[in-house]
Amino acid sequence: MIVAVELGLIYAIMALGVYLTFRILNFPDLTVDGSFTTGAAVASIMIINGAPPLLSTVAAFGAGLVAGWITGILHTKGKINGLLAGILTMIALYSINLRIMGKANLPLLREDTLITPLRDAGMLGTIGAIVVFGLLALAVKFIIDWFLHTDLGLAMQATGDNEEMIRSFGVSTDRMKILGLALSNGLVALCGALIAQYQGFADIGMGIGLILAGLASVIIGQAIFGSRVIIVATLAVVLGSVLYRVVIQLALQAGLNPNDMKLISAVLVVIALVLPQLKVFKRIGGLNNMKKALSGAGARG
Amino acid sequence: MLEITNVHKTFFAGTVNERAALRDINLSLSAGEFVTVIGSNGAGKSTILNITSGKLRPDTGTVTIDGTDVTRLADHSRARFIGRVFQDPMAGTSPDMTIEQNLAIAYERGKSRGLRPGVTRKKREFFKEELKSLELGLENRLKAKVGLLSGGQRQALSLLMATFSSPKILLLDEHTAALDPQRAELVSRLTAEVVERHGLTTLMVTHNMEQALRLGTRLIMMHEGRIILDLDRQQKEKTTVPDLLHEFEKIKGAALDDRTMLQ
Repeated sequence: MIVAVELGLIYAIMALGVYLTFRILNFPDLTVDGSFTTGAAVASIMIINGAPPLLSTVAAFGAGLVAGWITGILHTKGKINGLLAGILTMIALYSINLRIMGKANLPLLREDTLITPLRDAGMLGTIGAIVVFGLLALAVKFIIDWFLHTDLGLAMQATGDNEEMIRSFGVSTDRMKILGLALSNGLVALCGALIAQYQGFADIGMGIGLILAGLASVIIGQAIFGSRVIIVATLAVVLGSVLYRVVIQLALQAGLNPNDMKLISAVLVVIALVLPQLKVFKRIGGLNNMKKALSGAGARG
Repeated sequence: MLEITNVHKTFFAGTVNERAALRDINLSLSAGEFVTVIGSNGAGKSTILNITSGKLRPDTGTVTIDGTDVTRLADHSRARFIGRVFQDPMAGTSPDMTIEQNLAIAYERGKSRGLRPGVTRKKREFFKEELKSLELGLENRLKAKVGLLSGGQRQALSLLMATFSSPKILLLDEHTAALDPQRAELVSRLTAEVVERHGLTTLMVTHNMEQALRLGTRLIMMHEGRIILDLDRQQKEKTTVPDLLHEFEKIKGAALDDRTMLQ
C-alpha cells in the first residue's frame, strides 16, 4: 500500500498539470498521453547517455513545454477543435517518442537516476519515501498556487472563466491558452521522467490512457476534498491522485488483472461523473462538490 | 479623441443574407464627450461599438483613438484605450473569481502582466475605496466570488472595472437593459457619476429614449446603418421623448413610402 501512496504522490505532478488545463483553462487536453511518454523518453535516453539525472529531468520538462505549445498553436492559430488538437499532438508524439527512444523499451536498471539515492538508502517503500515524494508534490502544488495568484495567473484563470471579459482587459486569450497548455504538459513530462526513473524503465506505451488517471484524480479529489479556493483545489488534486492509486491497488489485490487497469480507470471516471446525477445522491449535501466537479467535466472543447 | 471615418460594414457579403450594418459612418468624439446612441433594431448601434472595440473590423474606413490608428489592432491589443460594459451582466466579470481578483485584472488593463502578486495589500485598500463609491457594501465582500452577486451588483462592478483605470474611451452596450427598473436606475446614476468624475469620452448605446436624453452631452440616432440625427447639448436639452418618437415615425414613414414607390 505504501507503494501505491508513493506512486500517487509522483503522479500528483501529472494530475496538477491536468488540473491546469481541465479546470483552470476549461480545456480537455489529450496531449497528456503523448507528452508523459516524451518526458520519460527524453530523461531516459539522456541518463543512458551519461547526462546528470537532474539535467535530464529538467530537459524532460522542457520537452513537455514544447509538446503543449504545439497543441496550443494548433488550437489557437490553426483554429482546430481543442480535443482534436490534443489528439493530433498525442498521435504525432508516438512516432517522435519512438525516434527519441530508438526502441520501444529503455531499461534504466544500472543507471544512476534521481531515485538511486533513495533506493540505496533503503527508503523506497517506507515512510521516508512518502515524505520525500510528498514534499515534491506539495512543492509543485505551492508553485501552481503562487503562479495562479500572480497578474499572469489571474489572467489565465479568467481566460478559462470568461474569455470576452479578459480580452476586454487587454489579454490575448490565445497566448494564455498556449502558455497554460505548455506549462501543463511540462509538468506531465516531468512526471513521466520521474516515473521512468522510479520504475527503472521507459516504455513507449506508458502514457496510454493516462489522461483518465489525471481526470480521475482531479474529479475524485475535488469531489471529496472540495475546490472552493485554489489552494484547496490543488491539495484535493494531490490527495485525489493518491486515492486513485490506492483504489487501483485495492482492485488489483481483490484479484483483478493488471491488464484490467485501463478498464478500472475508465469505470472509476464514469462512476465519478454519473453518480452525482442520480437523485438519491443529490440529496446528500456532501456530494455538492461532486456536482460542481461534474459541471466542469461537460465543458466545451 | 475618437475618430470613426468613412466606415462601411456589411455582414454576409455576397450571400442572400447580405446586410449593410454601417454605411459610410463618420463620427468624431472630442475628449470628455458623452454620446448616447439610439435607433431601432438592426440600425447599426452595436456594430459601431464593436468596430470601435475591435471585435469587428470595418470593410473600409478607419478608427482612430487619441491620434493612434487602431483599425487593424485586435480587440485585446486596443483594450488599453477602451473600457467596456456589456449588456449581459454576466459578460463583464469572471464569476469563478473573487471581487478583488476581478478588480486586480481590471487594474492591469492593457499592461503587460508578469509574476507579481495580483492582489496586494495596497491594491486592496484602493479597491475598497473604489467599491465604496458604488454604495452596495461590496467593499466588505472582497473575497466573495462574483458569481454570487446579483445582476445589478455585477453590472455596477463591471462599470467600476471598466472605468477606474481611466480608459480613453468608455463603451456601454445597453448596459442597463437586462436589469430590473430599480437596478437599471442605480447603474444609470453610477454611470453619470463615474463619467463625470473621470471625464471619460463615452459612447453609450441604449434602447431607452428617456435615458438617452437624460444622460450624456450629445445624442445620435441611427437608422439602417446611417446616422440620421445628431443633437448637441443644447438641442438635446430641448428635445423630449415624444420628439424622438416623432423622428422615428418620420423615418418609418419614409421607408414605407420608398417601398410603396417601388411596387
